[in-house]
Amino acid sequence: MTDADRVRLYRTVRLIRRFEERAVELVHGGQIVGGIHPYLGQEGVAAGVCAALGADDVLAGTHRGHGHVLARGADPARMLAELCGRVTGLNAGRGGSMHAADLSIGVLGANAIVGASGAIITGAVWARRRQGHDTVGVSFFGDGAVNEGMLLEAFNLAALWRVPVLFVCENNGYATTMPVAGAVAGSIAGRAAAFDIPAVEVDGQDPETVRAAAAAAVDRMRAGGGPELIEARTYRFDAHHTFEHAVRLDYRPPDEVTRGRARDPVDIQGSRLADADRAAVNAEVEATVDAAVRFALDSPEPDPADALAYLYASGLTVRTGGG
Amino acid sequence: MPRLSYRRALTRALADELAHDEAVFLLGEDIQVGASLVTTGLAKRFGTERVRDTPLSEQAFTSFATGAALAGLRPVIEFQIPSLLFLVFEQIVNHAHKFPLMTGGQCRVPVTYLVPGSGSRTGWAGQHSDHPYSLFAHVGVVTVVPATPADAYGLLVTAIRHDDPVVVFAPAPAMDVRDDVDDLAPVPLGRGRIHRNGCDVTVVAIGHLVHDALAVAEEMADQVSVEVFDPRTLYPFDIDGLVESVTRTGRLVVFDDGNRSCGMAAEIIASVVERVRLLAPPRRVTRPDGAVLPFAPALDRAVQPGRDHLVTAIHLTVKDSS
Ligand SMILES: Cc1ncc(C[n+]2csc(CCOP(=O)(O)OP(=O)(O)O)c2C)c(N)n1
Ligand SMILES: [Mg+2]
Repeated sequence: MTDADRVRLYRTVRLIRRFEERAVELVHGGQIVGGIHPYLGQEGVAAGVCAALGADDVLAGTHRGHGHVLARGADPARMLAELCGRVTGLNAGRGGSMHAADLSIGVLGANAIVGASGAIITGAVWARRRQGHDTVGVSFFGDGAVNEGMLLEAFNLAALWRVPVLFVCENNGYATTMPVAGAVAGSIAGRAAAFDIPAVEVDGQDPETVRAAAAAAVDRMRAGGGPELIEARTYRFDAHHTFEHAVRLDYRPPDEVTRGRARDPVDIQGSRLADADRAAVNAEVEATVDAAVRFALDSPEPDPADALAYLYASGLTVRTGGG
Repeated sequence: MPRLSYRRALTRALADELAHDEAVFLLGEDIQVGASLVTTGLAKRFGTERVRDTPLSEQAFTSFATGAALAGLRPVIEFQIPSLLFLVFEQIVNHAHKFPLMTGGQCRVPVTYLVPGSGSRTGWAGQHSDHPYSLFAHVGVVTVVPATPADAYGLLVTAIRHDDPVVVFAPAPAMDVRDDVDDLAPVPLGRGRIHRNGCDVTVVAIGHLVHDALAVAEEMADQVSVEVFDPRTLYPFDIDGLVESVTRTGRLVVFDDGNRSCGMAAEIIASVVERVRLLAPPRRVTRPDGAVLPFAPALDRAVQPGRDHLVTAIHLTVKDSS
């Protein structure tokens, strides 16, 4: 871990933090419709994992997916434009918060179906390796996903065929309002053990700890190892979804929230930097996010006449719905 | 002229595409041995890397194929049972089908889902006898149901080369149909075929029912002149081709092995009457609403659309307009 790596990791968590805070404001202001699942509090996981990846690698995320896309290096301006439903967005305004994707950097997309990314990434990594690439993949998912059969099938397939996929479970304690203890029989790591997939539990609030665990796993996978699992213990600082800002749901004890928020990945990483370096990163991130907001809000909205553009890659055209 | 069975036509299409394009590979249950008798010999010829037996994990291997397609390959999945499509409807619709639009055109997902032995296999009962092609047409996944060996070959080849997901239903009653086939060639999607010309009524028949419709048309030839239209692709549907036929005959009967409510026949009739003023009300011969195929052979047959039903429907259509 060089000083530059340390600063870069801080920049990533800070960027996600400020991006998400501004995105929440844009939700409240009505510029982002449909709300978002804020990644606030979990920044260290995406930042740490993505810092361990190489250019040829691929990942797929979740409904709480902004952090993964940003940490992988997508343009924050085009990402924010996507959330605002603009043509300049990563997905030309067709995907929004839960489907943001940037295939050009190996982001096969946030995915709104809980537990879906594991099998898709397994197939993508297998295919890229067949074509001669040294690709490894990352499948991000929450603690809620470990009860989805489709994900457990993907564990089996990846292990059976030794496809190097790093399964990253972001255990933030809840699936919407359901606590882990109310939903998970056995343990998360135990699910991996059932398939002989090596698993570690790490402190997801410390970006460097996450990075070290991910880098070690990636090294082993590149050396010919099969899939691995990291359970990152983390905490979501904000709502499951911004609709909770309007409708208060009572499921997390206030003292738990206070304790959870006390371990802040941005501060943990920031405290490792000299004050001047930290201030410089903060200023640069602020300028980046300001520019992203301006870019997004100044961008044109898509033309309703093109609402179903891109429906078919083959160019098939469809009948319209009118009389 | 070589005789070719429908089943062997599928095998030939798979073999030709495996040979033609390194990106093509097969996934499925028991396909290396060829339990469905469709993939026979392919593992030996192309290797077990490209003809891959999977564990019984339909949801995972369906999305595995989506991922592989996103990364540039052209997977073909063989499903052992048509009813397994219900298990993977999520993976096909929510992911494979939606990715191109949701990503704003950043990707394509060229996966072929092949279902050899769709519909009733006689005696396989409720969970092995479905024919859910209308579901895929409804959600907008390209759906083909070839009736003949030549079309089985040509449509499967086209499906594999197509840049979007395609479901290929190969109806069980058609699997052993044999034909003299001269040249095997790709068949375009969305193009129907008139198997028999007639001037009194157009019968649209889907999949294996094309053969029943042709037999009925022959039987009734001295009373009524029946045109048999095989859409071949259900989505996109060759509505122009069908309208051309119905404009000549003025009457329409649809012969469809799907359930009645919200089925293909309903869609075909609606699409025609939007454009053509018929001489008589259109009719459809289908499975009943919400059908579950019962086990006993007589019951299994009773629930499927049969030749007698078609004869009656044709008579009524002609009578209604006379
Ligand atoms: C298969 C599926 N079931 C239910 C939902 C609705 N839903 C969206 S997010 C969510 C909770 C997911 O919890 P978790 O996996 O722990 O992720 P987190 O929200 O905590 O990041 C639920 C139930 C969904 N999107 N997909
Ligand atoms: Mg959770």
